Amino acid sequence: MPAVQETIDQVRSIDVDQYKYGFETEVEMEKAPKGLSEDVIRFISAKKGEPEWMLQWRLDAYKRWLTMKEPNWARVSYDKIDYNDIYYYAAPKNNPAPKSLDEVDPEILKTYEKLGIPLREQEILAGVEPQNRVAVDAVFDSVSVATTFKEELKKAGVIFMPISEAIREYPDLVRQYLGTVVPVTDNFFATLNSAVFTDGSFVYVPPGVRCPMELSTYFRINEKNTGQFERTLIIADKGSYVSYLEGCTAPKRDENQLHAAVVELIALDDAEIKYSTVQNWYPGDAHGKGGIYNFVTKRGDCRGKNSVITWTQVETGSAITWKYPSCILRGDNSRGEFYSIAVSNGMQQVDSGTKMIHLGKNTTSRIISKGIAAGKSENTYRGLVSAHRKATGARNFTNCDSLLIGNQCGAHTVPYIESKNSTAVFEHEATTSKISEDQMFYCQQRGLSEEEATALIVNGFVKDVLQQLPMEFAVEAQKLISISLEGSVG
Amino acid sequence: MLEIKNLVVQIEDKRILNGLDLTVNKGEVAAIMGPNGSGKSTLSYVIAGKEDYEVLDGEILLDGQNLLEMEPDQRAAAGVFLAFQYPLEIPGVGTMTFLKAALNAQRKARGQDELSTPDFIKQVNAAAAKLEMPKDMLKRALNVGFSGGEKKRMEILQMALLQPSFCILDETDSGLDIDALRIVSEGVNALRSPDRAFLVITHYQRLLNHIVPDTVHVMHGGRIVRTGGKELALELEANGYADYRESEAA
Ligand SMILES: Nc1ncnc2c1ncn2[C@@H]1O[C@H](COP(=O)(O)OP(=O)(O)OP(=O)(O)O)[C@@H](O)[C@H]1O
Ligand SMILES: [Mg+2]
Repeated sequence: MPAVQETIDQVRSIDVDQYKYGFETEVEMEKAPKGLSEDVIRFISAKKGEPEWMLQWRLDAYKRWLTMKEPNWARVSYDKIDYNDIYYYAAPKNNPAPKSLDEVDPEILKTYEKLGIPLREQEILAGVEPQNRVAVDAVFDSVSVATTFKEELKKAGVIFMPISEAIREYPDLVRQYLGTVVPVTDNFFATLNSAVFTDGSFVYVPPGVRCPMELSTYFRINEKNTGQFERTLIIADKGSYVSYLEGCTAPKRDENQLHAAVVELIALDDAEIKYSTVQNWYPGDAHGKGGIYNFVTKRGDCRGKNSVITWTQVETGSAITWKYPSCILRGDNSRGEFYSIAVSNGMQQVDSGTKMIHLGKNTTSRIISKGIAAGKSENTYRGLVSAHRKATGARNFTNCDSLLIGNQCGAHTVPYIESKNSTAVFEHEATTSKISEDQMFYCQQRGLSEEEATALIVNGFVKDVLQQLPMEFAVEAQKLISISLEGSVG
Repeated sequence: MLEIKNLVVQIEDKRILNGLDLTVNKGEVAAIMGPNGSGKSTLSYVIAGKEDYEVLDGEILLDGQNLLEMEPDQRAAAGVFLAFQYPLEIPGVGTMTFLKAALNAQRKARGQDELSTPDFIKQVNAAAAKLEMPKDMLKRALNVGFSGGEKKRMEILQMALLQPSFCILDETDSGLDIDALRIVSEGVNALRSPDRAFLVITHYQRLLNHIVPDTVHVMHGGRIVRTGGKELALELEANGYADYRESEAA
């Protein structure tokens, strides 16, 4: 039997359930009534103890959203979502938020333990070298349940807390920046998020401060029929630096679940933000049943001169991914980078990429995208690089590579380039390759099994991007990629 | 060591091997010569276990084990090595990474411990030095952008490293310059041992001047049609395959 045929059979027979995070946590929850209405929004806002302006902001977004249409230009297809069949707020009982870890429901602590996310500072300190410490904000359904190293970060002047808390404690700071990168009216999912967002992280790094540790948020959707609408806002003030990582998982469920997040990054003069994502939402089973719809708006604003924003993403999960982390290169000499590995297997659909909007002078951007498609999945890179009239000396380099495993999957590249400035130089390279049967045989002749050979070739394919991840996570990401592709070859 | 009996193989309904018999003993160096398209590479692929080839009849035994029932990587672990006529490029995979993965996969399959990195590097460097291969070649992706001759040298480097017991060289001499031919041949000769056998596929006597065979087989129409000593190669060099073509016509 030719290898390709065998690959197909193997893929057909996978019970996708290499997904190792599909367990459910039993914990008593408090929910808003199902569906979306002004009352539900008021309920959420009241639960969070928000000031009046925040509630108004949400209500305006909701009114706007009612007039909007769900976008359909992405290369993905799914059944219509019933927005009234979703819970918009679900939080473990025992609110208001626990003051310390000892007050957190032990079931939830166990959940994060199972997921390998350290929440106890002493344990983190015991195990790891001080310079490798990571501060974690853990978001469980609609609320943040724990944030570590808050005190120590505070000493450095860094604010790292759930956004709901920041709205209460630093309202001016939040109000100054919220919605300035992704406006309330931006797109259907972002507007929905603006109306109903529940939690997420807030980071502020003051001028000249280099954040003393990695920051990370770990998102977990647990409840059934619950959407997760997180909102993250990161501000790096002049000359500061911060590296932030988000991770996410969800239990296995037969129904699809919606995740519509908004992330806004703001880098002022000479500041740098590194934002990394390891996305591992439940992808659904081999027949495409269940899985998360990951419809996310992420955008960074290089607002100041010489600022830098880097997006690095490793996407292995979700039934459908619709996501374009972008950079607005407003400040002169600012730089935007996008490094992406998107792996799809089974029936997954990925439509992801980036936008680099060059507005300032001598702005540069770099896009490295690696798509790996296996099974019957569809994997699309969609990207826009544009230069404004005033963006003299803008430069972009784009490299999009696709790797196909088997021949029932698809890889597509959709690059848009718009240049209104004759001095802009945009370079684009794209390749599509397939692991050929001859390469596979060659590797096997040297003693490698098909699985080992695939892992070796895939690792080679993605290594430029993996290098961009903080070291602690690169190893995890590599493992995740090989687990996602398990069973994709015979 | 290797015993092939009545091997009948087809690909896409085309018969390529037609009842081939071949025995190679431990310690022996056997050469196979034969016109283009007679099935020499096919034979080497079938021994190594490439898919697509349909084995209709016959058997292949290596030290008594039935190779036809084994996966290519199991055959490799059992000692089969094929130096490809056209080595493949593996983009993105560093040569050292590949060699280490291959070596350790075979060791694991044989129940041996993994080689430590310093030991591994020592072994590779020693083998590369013998084959006069520049070290920076080892830093590149495997075979990617290598010249034809460099690829062939890389095959022999892998053979030296993996220490297989049954080595097939498919036209390793083609594409090698005069010095490289000598260096590669010395590399092969250094591996000759009473426990190891070689099947050397070639079109030219010049390789057999360096790697002197114990036996020479003539392959034609998917069969071994004649077997002799090393002088048979000289006879072929002088007369070509005309005799065999006529006998087929008759
Ligand atoms: N995939 C294939 N489909 C159809 N015919 C094939 C295929 N592979 C090989 N053949 C045919 O099988 C025959 C034997 O090929 P093979 O490569 O074994 O010859 P060879 O003796 O190695 O020749 P050379 O000396 O040119 O290397 C040839 O006629 C070739 O065209
Ligand atoms: Mg050949």
